[in-house]
Amino acid sequence: MSLTSDEVRSIARLARLAISDQDIPRYADNLSRILDFVAQLDKAETASVAPMAHPLDMSQQLRADVVTETNQRELFQKNAPQVEAGLYLVPKVIE
Amino acid sequence: MQWETVIGLEIHAQLLTKSKIFSAASTAFGAPPNTQACLVDLGYPGVLPVLNKEAVRMAVKFGLAVGAGIAPRSVFARKNYFYPDLPKGYQISQYELPVVGRGSVEIELEDGSSRRIGITRAHLEEDAGKSLHEGFEGISGIDLNRAGTPLLEIVSEPDMRSAKEAVAYMKKIHSLVRYLEICDGNLQEGSFRCDANVSVRRQGEQKFGTRAELKNINSFHFVEKAILYEVQRQIDVIEGGGKVVQETRLYDSKKNQTRSMRSKEEANDYRYFPDPDLLPLEIAESFVTEVRKTLPELPDEKKQRFMRAYGLSAYDAALLTASRELADYYETLVQAVGGEAKLCANWVMGELSAALNQNNQDIAQSPVTAVMLAGLLKRILDNTLSGKLAKEVFEAMWAGEGNADAVIENKGLKQITDSSAIEKIIDGIMVANPQQLSDYRAGKDKLFAFFVGQVMKATQGKANPQQVNELLKRKLTG
Amino acid sequence: MHTKTLAQLARDLKARKLSSEELTRSYLARIERFNPQLNAFITVLQEEALVAARAADARIKRGDVGVLTGVPLAHKDIFCTAGVKTSCGSKMLDNFVSPYDATVVERLRQAGMVLLGKTNMDEFAMGSSNETSFYGPVKNPWDPTRVPGGSSGGSAAAVAARLAPAATGTDTGGSIRQPAALTGLTGIKPTYGRVSRYGIIAFASSLDQAGVITYTAEDAALLLGAMAGFDPRDSTSVDRPVPDYTAALEHPLKGLRIGLPKEFFDQGLDGRVGAAVHAALTIYKKLGAEVRDISLPNFWLSVPTYYVVAPAECSSNLSRFDGVRFGHRCESPVDLLDLYTRSRGEGFGAEVKRRIMTGTYVLSAGYYDAYYLKAQKTRTLIRQDFIAAFENVDVIMGPATPTPAFGLGEKTEDPITMYLNDIYANGVNLAGLPGISIPMGFVDKLPVGLQIIGNYFDEARLLCAAHQYQRETDWHGQIPKGFQ
Repeated sequence: MSLTSDEVRSIARLARLAISDQDIPRYADNLSRILDFVAQLDKAETASVAPMAHPLDMSQQLRADVVTETNQRELFQKNAPQVEAGLYLVPKVIE
Repeated sequence: MQWETVIGLEIHAQLLTKSKIFSAASTAFGAPPNTQACLVDLGYPGVLPVLNKEAVRMAVKFGLAVGAGIAPRSVFARKNYFYPDLPKGYQISQYELPVVGRGSVEIELEDGSSRRIGITRAHLEEDAGKSLHEGFEGISGIDLNRAGTPLLEIVSEPDMRSAKEAVAYMKKIHSLVRYLEICDGNLQEGSFRCDANVSVRRQGEQKFGTRAELKNINSFHFVEKAILYEVQRQIDVIEGGGKVVQETRLYDSKKNQTRSMRSKEEANDYRYFPDPDLLPLEIAESFVTEVRKTLPELPDEKKQRFMRAYGLSAYDAALLTASRELADYYETLVQAVGGEAKLCANWVMGELSAALNQNNQDIAQSPVTAVMLAGLLKRILDNTLSGKLAKEVFEAMWAGEGNADAVIENKGLKQITDSSAIEKIIDGIMVANPQQLSDYRAGKDKLFAFFVGQVMKATQGKANPQQVNELLKRKLTG
Repeated sequence: MHTKTLAQLARDLKARKLSSEELTRSYLARIERFNPQLNAFITVLQEEALVAARAADARIKRGDVGVLTGVPLAHKDIFCTAGVKTSCGSKMLDNFVSPYDATVVERLRQAGMVLLGKTNMDEFAMGSSNETSFYGPVKNPWDPTRVPGGSSGGSAAAVAARLAPAATGTDTGGSIRQPAALTGLTGIKPTYGRVSRYGIIAFASSLDQAGVITYTAEDAALLLGAMAGFDPRDSTSVDRPVPDYTAALEHPLKGLRIGLPKEFFDQGLDGRVGAAVHAALTIYKKLGAEVRDISLPNFWLSVPTYYVVAPAECSSNLSRFDGVRFGHRCESPVDLLDLYTRSRGEGFGAEVKRRIMTGTYVLSAGYYDAYYLKAQKTRTLIRQDFIAAFENVDVIMGPATPTPAFGLGEKTEDPITMYLNDIYANGVNLAGLPGISIPMGFVDKLPVGLQIIGNYFDEARLLCAAHQYQRETDWHGQIPKGFQ
């Protein structure tokens, strides 16, 4: 398994990560090695094995439909890089 | 070339829970921005979702109402994509194992026929926030109050063959969720939204054509227009030698056209996988049984009962049972009038609906209550009012001038049913119009209407039309 | 005082032999003196700690006292602490002040514990050496040219150097047990679901679990008793009573069946570490335990499975760091894509990016089945091995790490070599089992750890087994030179 530079770029784009051109080869090499390493899994016989998403065989607990949260916008927006009129600001969203 | 349209709808119904699907923040509409977005809704680091029981109950209720299987075990999955109104960078939804399985609904068409439309599935998911573009130059403002509001996404089979059918289906689901009291159905506020998958194929072709997904259709009217536009666009593309591409298109109601969505241009790779913060949702048979007990009489059942009990046509019954409030209004009316189901139906579907539509009002807001309307219909039945006068009275009642009797009294609209009085008026008219009289008698039958008009004019429309007809016929013939 | 265990300090406080303020001042002084050379803390809460200590003293005076009232501790900087910077070792959250407390933080605060500060860690807990931290590497108090392990490296170094009597940690693939082993401490990772994850900045949600790094099993029992238990805010936390871990410490070990998986002693293990395990087993036998050879035939799958599951979950968990509501935002983004890619590109370090990209890849269309679904299946195999083993044994023992602490910079070039350092740890997280690492001797004057793996919710037995061993040995009592 060897990832090309273009493949790395497209993964980075999907993950919304800016990677500089000079770093691309290193990521390509690292990721290729990781993927080679995990490709060992191919050797395991799993045809009749059920996939496991959780360590515990439990089911989802359910919450009563009660509103307990109050407005804490001011507190929560202290961490926000850019707000105005209570809104989080971002460069224009084009639909 | 004959083209066939194939439509499937994805309807998003916001569930009427008090709190959000995974947090305890309020779902109320219209609060100042971000005042109802708690840590979970904001996707703060470290916080976790916990599922709202009421949202599950409502999904089950819907499933039962469309005859679908309720999955004993369903799974929440993450749909990963970046968008500013999606705080976590993923939407919690259900993918491979939805809570509601296959079901169906029956839709009635204007020609009186009906069709069964398959429902592929319905699943629970969280709503996103909103991007606001007004007031800022080159910037969008994000309000996350809506983020985390529970949604039931109802996915239909590609069973609809025309825009009209799509509208009928959408209305049907709209009516159903409101009957079930699981969604307020408010299209303006976005609590009931629809995406349409539209494709065309040549008549007789088995394979589906390439579809476009139309987004942002927020009224019944626009669903029809958006589909009609899109169908024509696709036909033009194909007939022009082109190919329809699979894409997401936005309906612009101002321009009445659809356009490709730039933000969705990039091939979507949502990387769905089971959400490790949530465990499988297990629904016991006992829970389903409990929910089943809470089901109200559903539109189809009500429709059947209306046809049986009131002798209504399928079409009328379907219209009258389209909403629970309308059906209740009708039944109150029939009871107050003491029968005359057909007359009642005509008035509800006629004058009343027209007035409501014209004023963009809901049946619940009608200034003319069922009891008031019954008062009016009784005056028709006892011949106090002619149909025409009754309409005038209705308008006055709508305008708030009191009940039927008060309006009749105040306006002196009582019908003239005294034969001798009407005869006298006819005599006068015959004398005043000798030429017309002789022409009529010479065989110009059309002039009969002229005399009716004259009588009505003379009585300001108050003469009983049936009597006028009879008396005129007798007198004119001489 | 700093040479005492947490349990001893708690007793002294209760007996009013010393005040929480005195104790807190003494630790703060040590932090001030030693932290510059170790880099174990990201944030030190000088004033807040003293305020809390005085409040604790007042409580003690009133007689309103719990076992842990007035005892200082440090939290790994992955736990959200209200009003305090919570960085997760990342530039992304360098400016982040949490508006709320994690459940663990809340519970220990309510127990009257005094928070000294927030400890350094691998960025977003992704690392086994503490070298991926935005705040620089942490030094191992036993040898400053070596790593303390990771990702809870700051917690381990702080406790080992006696800058705090205990510290919390999180363990996704060994992040408590491995640093505890490499710094001569006791580190427990409870059963998945035993401790609430609410307020712990998520790395891999189906693997993350909070625990503690302490001197002794007795200390760990005290803390775990206060931290554990159902939390309605965490859907994956388990609603099941928390046993009295302290009371269970004294149960005799006679008849304890210890499983020794042959796969743990294959190539890759430093023979001297293997010998230390066998020496520890001799003591257990003396205590009446019985050692059985067992096999975990799918053990070889654990690291590759882990490096599909953990990155997959992390790639999604870290999507929320987008420069919109909190965290790093790049300068003057030209458009939305630029805002996202640059904020994230600048805010995350290389290892985090590698894992996000690995995770993105294994979940993407066309690769999901081959990687992610496959790993979910091999995860089942790994769990089945453990379940089968626990039909015949009560605990499983083996080395915590293949070698003692390695040198700073020694494994940063090749991610795979680094990953293999957690070879004995990963499978335990994948299965969701509890595991503890306790000091079992020295190799090259560096501490090495014995890992004890238990059945689901069998923390009491692990702590008991660790405690009984610690009564027979004094490896856990050793203090690195220069920090006595």
